[in-house]
Amino acid sequence: MNTKYEIHEHDVLIIGAGGAGLRAAIEALAQGARVGVICKSLLGKAHTVMAEGGIAAAMSNVDKADDWRTHFRDTMRGGKFLNNWRMAQLHAMEAPDRVRELEQWGALFDRTESGEILQRAFGGHTFKRLCHVGDRTGLEMIRTLQDRGVHQGIDVYMECTVTRLLKDGDRIAGAFAYWREQGRFAVFKANSIVIATGGIGKAWKITSNSWEYTGDGMALAFDAGAELMDLEFVQFHPTGMVWPPGVQGILVTEAVRGEGGTLCNKNGERFMQRYDPKKMELSTRDVVARAIYTEVREGRGTEHGGAFLDISHKPADYVKRKLPSMYHQFLELADVDITKGPMEVGPTCHYVMGGIRVDAETAQASVPGLFAAGEAAAGLHGANRLGGNSLSDLLVFGRRAGMAAAQHAKTAGLPAIDGAQIEQAERELLAPFDRPGGESPYQIHHDLQDVMQTLVGIFRTEQDLRNALTEIEKLKARAARVHVEGSRLFNPGWHLARDLQCMLTVSEACTRAALARRESRGAHSRLDYPNLDDAWGRKNNVVVRKGDSMQLFETPVAAMPDDLRQILAEDK
Amino acid sequence: MAEATLRVFRGDRESGKAADYRVPLVPGMVVLDALHSIQAHQAPDLAVRWNCKAGKCGSCSAEVNGKPRLTCKTRMDSLLLDQPITIMPMKAFPLIKDLVTDVSWNYKVNRKIPPFQPRPGVEWKMDQRDVDRVQEFRKCIECFLCQNVCHVLRDHAKQEQFGGPRFFVRVAGLEMHPLDGASRTRLLKDELGIGLCNITKCCTEVCPEDIHITDNAIIPLKERVVDEYYDPLLMLVRKIRGAKTAATAKRAEAD
Repeated sequence: MNTKYEIHEHDVLIIGAGGAGLRAAIEALAQGARVGVICKSLLGKAHTVMAEGGIAAAMSNVDKADDWRTHFRDTMRGGKFLNNWRMAQLHAMEAPDRVRELEQWGALFDRTESGEILQRAFGGHTFKRLCHVGDRTGLEMIRTLQDRGVHQGIDVYMECTVTRLLKDGDRIAGAFAYWREQGRFAVFKANSIVIATGGIGKAWKITSNSWEYTGDGMALAFDAGAELMDLEFVQFHPTGMVWPPGVQGILVTEAVRGEGGTLCNKNGERFMQRYDPKKMELSTRDVVARAIYTEVREGRGTEHGGAFLDISHKPADYVKRKLPSMYHQFLELADVDITKGPMEVGPTCHYVMGGIRVDAETAQASVPGLFAAGEAAAGLHGANRLGGNSLSDLLVFGRRAGMAAAQHAKTAGLPAIDGAQIEQAERELLAPFDRPGGESPYQIHHDLQDVMQTLVGIFRTEQDLRNALTEIEKLKARAARVHVEGSRLFNPGWHLARDLQCMLTVSEACTRAALARRESRGAHSRLDYPNLDDAWGRKNNVVVRKGDSMQLFETPVAAMPDDLRQILAEDK
Repeated sequence: MAEATLRVFRGDRESGKAADYRVPLVPGMVVLDALHSIQAHQAPDLAVRWNCKAGKCGSCSAEVNGKPRLTCKTRMDSLLLDQPITIMPMKAFPLIKDLVTDVSWNYKVNRKIPPFQPRPGVEWKMDQRDVDRVQEFRKCIECFLCQNVCHVLRDHAKQEQFGGPRFFVRVAGLEMHPLDGASRTRLLKDELGIGLCNITKCCTEVCPEDIHITDNAIIPLKERVVDEYYDPLLMLVRKIRGAKTAATAKRAEAD
């Protein structure tokens, strides 16, 4: 192997340092593995930090009747039964232990009168189930995991970006990466790799996602031969900021509605009465997002094209205590005092239910040695995710991935690194510097966001999706000629040129899957096929790489055992 | 369309100077939006560290017109727009490039702090009032602006002897955790050098999370150190009961 590269060796290499990555690292370490964590940003800045509302876990501290069965049923219903039932079961059963564990590592949740962890109501959850810390639950979680991991002895490679997974035959052998700071390259040898890179929201224009959410892990896995599943299911969170334009898309936590916030159109009508009279504002996110979108489209939107979300009927000090970040966010960024008047909100691209197809128990992908957890993995959420189920997903399946990756590392022999793969990765990464006259990556990214926002948004049609595919092909051709100015020293233009490739891959996968699914289910709404189709309810869409192109196939949803079927049939 | 001029530091450890960029204004625009506009249209290699653009991650710290701020929370319309807006990197940390500095020292300090250690046999129940006190410290988003303005670090460069306000906040969160059983006073005194802080409150002023760093974290911690190490009466008692002193030392050692 070429010795000009800096080389690091680990039993388990984790890509991504959000909740899933850190939880996986802690577990792999506990299994005795040598663990490395690579993250694109500084430690503690991953997207988990932005999670606000809480962690869903049937602790039954507030509503005594809650148990894992109800949580399982809510999750399956929210996901329109396209979920992997085993993942939904494991998630519901294990989430309470994962929350208690966080507390034992120092996390401080809000409390009930009797001193237990307090739980709040959230959309689609039958009971008060979300363990929370005001509206900054994600920060509490990431800080707790970060400190735990660091003190247990994980090696963290901060501001380092993986651009290629290395393989030894069929199996995973390592990863090729560059340091953002100096632009130097590094090679990581690893027996197992866990992908925990989060989502893909940066391919859309209006999004609550940070710059990191460019689908890296999914694209890396896809390139390495893994299968991506359910990518047509992109969650548009119902409530993002809509005004002023500078802050468009920034998340307004569902906790506002959980704490009693109401939604009205410009005529003062609580329009959720027409969409879901039973659950009203606490209906599932897909329903509320479509409701707001429809109100706006039919002329009943607010001045800036949204709906009014109002919590000002609650005492001001209560609002400030339970929703402190929302209070400051609106006061500072939009000149709105939410204790006195309503917020203007509208849908914002927030989360992708789909991702790398994994085994429920072990989180292993179809490539030996490759694991995935959190938003980067598919299965748990089906066609639509319930609020609060993401943070618990990270903990439950982060732990499982870490455990299985460590086990795999013990039994698999040392992989061999292929120098030719590394050299190719290096060539690809450096090529944009040598294309004078090529286009700026910022322009191509901007145009991709336009395409995904307008053609692959909340409501989709055959024609729009076909147009989107044509546009994505053109964008791919332009991206192949992208030019980067400046040096390799901390160069965001260069970084974006690479991230763009990942966004194009996941955008294409999303569009192809959306085109194939001729029905409306959960977060996937087709104007030309507005109803649920039972046949489609029995299959998932999967894409896989064949040569240089993307192939789509259908796979049947696994049959559920009778005892779980019984739980779903019960109506409480 | 109305425009503003941003005077942005461009350069690396070797050399650098400010460059002017004209940026079209959009309602509600924040400084970070303006920097992104420069990247997209004028200087694609302008180095800026950011993540969430929502005031939650603490990545985009810089000095705007001389004031340490999160650029994602600094509205353009809060600044005087008839003169150039200067944007400089944080001064207390080594420069990498443009607005990006090397903040890795902070992560090294953090590693010295013994983690949460529940008291043996503890019951996992807490009163919200006790939790409130600690949750203030847990709000910290690690923007490191407090470290950047602390004169012990910024002007006297005592990084080797001093932990800085961020880590006093972190220690306060652990020490005041209702169920924590470890002691970190020796660490505060010897390794984090809390005695060097002369409570000028610069850190509290710049905290974007409104944490009362000086009043609620640093001063109570200083009191703990004084109580344990400098209280003349206690020192006398300890001298008489030699065993107790040894026990305290041993506990601190174990930390």
